[in-house]
Amino acid sequence: MDLLEYQGKQYFAKFGIPVSAGEVTDNVDDAVAIAEKVGYPVVVKAQVLTGGRGKAGGVKLANNADEVRFHATNILKLTINGHVVRKIWIERASDIAEEYYASFTLDRSKKLHLGMLSAQGGVEIESVPDEDIAKIWIDPVVGLTADAARQWVLDAKLNPKATDGAVDILLKLYDCYINGDATLAEINPLILTPDGKVHALDAKVSLDDAAAHRHPEWENFTGLEPIDERERMAKEKDLQYVGLDGTVGIIANGAGLAMSTVDIVSQVGGKAANFLDIGGGASADHMANALTVINHDENVKAVFINIFGGITRCDEVARGIIQAMERVQLRAPLIVRLDGTNAEEGRKIIEEHASDRLIMKPNMLVAAQTAVEIAKGK
Amino acid sequence: MAVWLTENSKVVVQGLTGKQGQFYGLRNKAYGTKVVAGVNPKKAGTDVEGIPIFATVADAVKATGADVSFIIVPAAIAADAILEAAEGGVGLIVCVTEHIPAHDQARVYNTLKHQYPNTRLLGPNCAGILSPGRANVGFTPTEVSKGGGPVGIVSRSGTLAYQALYELTAEGIGQTTCIGIGGDPVPGTSFIDALKAFQEDDETQAIVLIGEIGGSAEEEAAEYIKANITKPVVAYIGGVSAPPGKKMGHAGAIVSRGKGTAQAKMKALTEAGAKVANNPTEIGGLVLQALKEIGLR
Repeated sequence: MDLLEYQGKQYFAKFGIPVSAGEVTDNVDDAVAIAEKVGYPVVVKAQVLTGGRGKAGGVKLANNADEVRFHATNILKLTINGHVVRKIWIERASDIAEEYYASFTLDRSKKLHLGMLSAQGGVEIESVPDEDIAKIWIDPVVGLTADAARQWVLDAKLNPKATDGAVDILLKLYDCYINGDATLAEINPLILTPDGKVHALDAKVSLDDAAAHRHPEWENFTGLEPIDERERMAKEKDLQYVGLDGTVGIIANGAGLAMSTVDIVSQVGGKAANFLDIGGGASADHMANALTVINHDENVKAVFINIFGGITRCDEVARGIIQAMERVQLRAPLIVRLDGTNAEEGRKIIEEHASDRLIMKPNMLVAAQTAVEIAKGK
Repeated sequence: MAVWLTENSKVVVQGLTGKQGQFYGLRNKAYGTKVVAGVNPKKAGTDVEGIPIFATVADAVKATGADVSFIIVPAAIAADAILEAAEGGVGLIVCVTEHIPAHDQARVYNTLKHQYPNTRLLGPNCAGILSPGRANVGFTPTEVSKGGGPVGIVSRSGTLAYQALYELTAEGIGQTTCIGIGGDPVPGTSFIDALKAFQEDDETQAIVLIGEIGGSAEEEAAEYIKANITKPVVAYIGGVSAPPGKKMGHAGAIVSRGKGTAQAKMKALTEAGAKVANNPTEIGGLVLQALKEIGLR
C-alpha cells in the first residue's frame, strides 16, 4: 500500500521525524482556514500517488488568502498522470538552504536493508549520478547504529551544519521503516533551513501489506485513494486480481501461470483485461466468483481460462466451469485450456457442453490466439 | 542422485495438525516420503493418522531423527517457525507459507546466515521440493512428474514448475529434482544455490530455470551460468507484459522503478547461453533439443 504525502507525513510524525505544520482537505474554504491557522506563506500540494506533481501545476506557493483560494481551486480540478486530485495538503512554506535525499528500502539482491543519502535532493534519485549517492547496507539483525549513521552522513558530504540533524532524522526514518513495516521510506527533499534545522519536506512511504495484521492503525490509510472498482470486487472475493486495460479477461490458477497467460495474450497480438489468479482450488464457487468479477469489466470481449491441473484435477475444474456458467450470465465467450492431471476427462466434459460461448482449445498458444481473435471481433 | 531431498530424508511437519498441513503432509507421506513427525506445542503426545506430534522441532528431531522440516503454518507465526526449525537442528527447511512480512523474511534470512549457516531454507511462499520417485515435500503434484532424471528444475512459481514437469514428462523426459524457491522478496535459497547443486549432481544433465519479474535473481543466475554451469540450461521468465509498479500475485513479482523487467532477465539468460522459451509450453521441446545436442536422446 502506497501512502499519499500527507499520510506519509503523519506516519513520519509518529516516529518523531520533523515535518512542516499542515493539514489536508478536499475543499477550498477549508484550505483558506488551514492557511490562516498555519501562517503564510503556505504551499498548496495536490495529494496523488504519482510523481511530477510540481511540473503538472500541483504544487503552488501562496502568500495570502486570495492566492490560496486561487491555487486550491485550480489544483482540485487537476488530473495528474491519470490521477484525479481529490485532496490537497496545505503546509507552512519552509525556507530552504539546501535540499538532500534520504531513503531506506530492501536490497533484494544483497538481502540487506539499503539506505541511500545524497547531497543532491529535490530531483528524481534515478537522475543523480551513482557516485553522488552515499549507500549503506544494514544487516537487519544488527540494525542501524548511531555511529554508522554518522559515518554515512559524513560520506554523503552534506553541509556540516546538517550533520547532527541528519543523523537524528535517519535513525528515526530507519525506525519508521523497520517498526512501521515500510518497504520504502523516502524523504525527497530532506531540507536544511538557513537556521540550521533539518526536516522532511516530502514523504514517500510504501507499507508492506503482509504486515497489516500487526498494524491496526493502517485502517485509517485505506479507502482514501479510490481503487479500481474491479480490484475492489476481487478483493472482497479473496481473488488475486490486477486490473489491466485490454479486452481479454484472464483466469488462471497460480500467480506464475496467470502472469504467463497475460504474456501469451500480448504475444499473439491481444491485450489482457486483467491478471487473475484463482488459486489452487478452482472449485465451482471460486470459478463463479472469478467470472463475476471479470463480467463486471465492460471492456471484456473474450475470457481465457487457463488451468493447469495439479492436485486439483482438470475434470473437477471443468465441472466447476460448467456450474459457474449456469450461475453467472456471461457477457463474453469462454475459451478454455486444460492441462495436467485428468486433462482428458476435463476436456471431454467441456466438449460435451461446447458452443460458441464455450470453446475448448488444446494448448495455451492456440487458446490465446482464439481468445484474441474473438476479442477483436473476427 | 536427487538434490537435497531423497528417499532417506525424514520429514517433520510444522502445522501437521492444521487442515492444510494434514492434507499435504499425508499426501506427501502417501507418495512414499518418510513423514516421521508433526509439531504442535498444544497437541504433543497425540498423533495424526499414526504420525506422532511433538511440542517442538527439537523434540521431534531427537525422537525421530528428522532432518527436513515442512512448514505449513499461518503467516503471523511462520518466521518464528523457521527459526525454531533451524534451532531444532534440521538441515533443510521447506516453507510454503505466503504473506510473511518482508522485514521478517530479511531478519530470518540473516539470522540463519549468521547462526545456522548449514541450514538451507526453501521459500517462503514456495511450492516445495519434489524428487520424483523418491520423496515430495510441499504442494507439487507428483502425477505430472517422472523419475530417473536427467533434468533438474528450479522455479520461483509453483504452477509454472508443474507445467514444466508436465511438458517434460509428456516428452518422456524424467526429472531428478524440482525445486521451488518461492515468489517472495527474500528467498532463503537462490537460483544460484540450485544451479550449483544441479551442476554437481551426476544424474542431472540439463537444467530448467523458471523466473519471473522483480528483483535481479535471474540476472545473477545468468552470470553464474556463464561462469560455472556446463550443463545446458533452458529458461522461461513470466511477466513480459506486466505493468510497472503492480504486484503480479507474488509479493516479489513487481517491476519497480524500471528494474526487474522480464526483458532484461531474458536478455541476460540468452547472453549466458541459456535457451529461453517464449511460453511455458515450449520448455519440453527446448529441453528435448538440448538433450539431443549432448547425445542423450
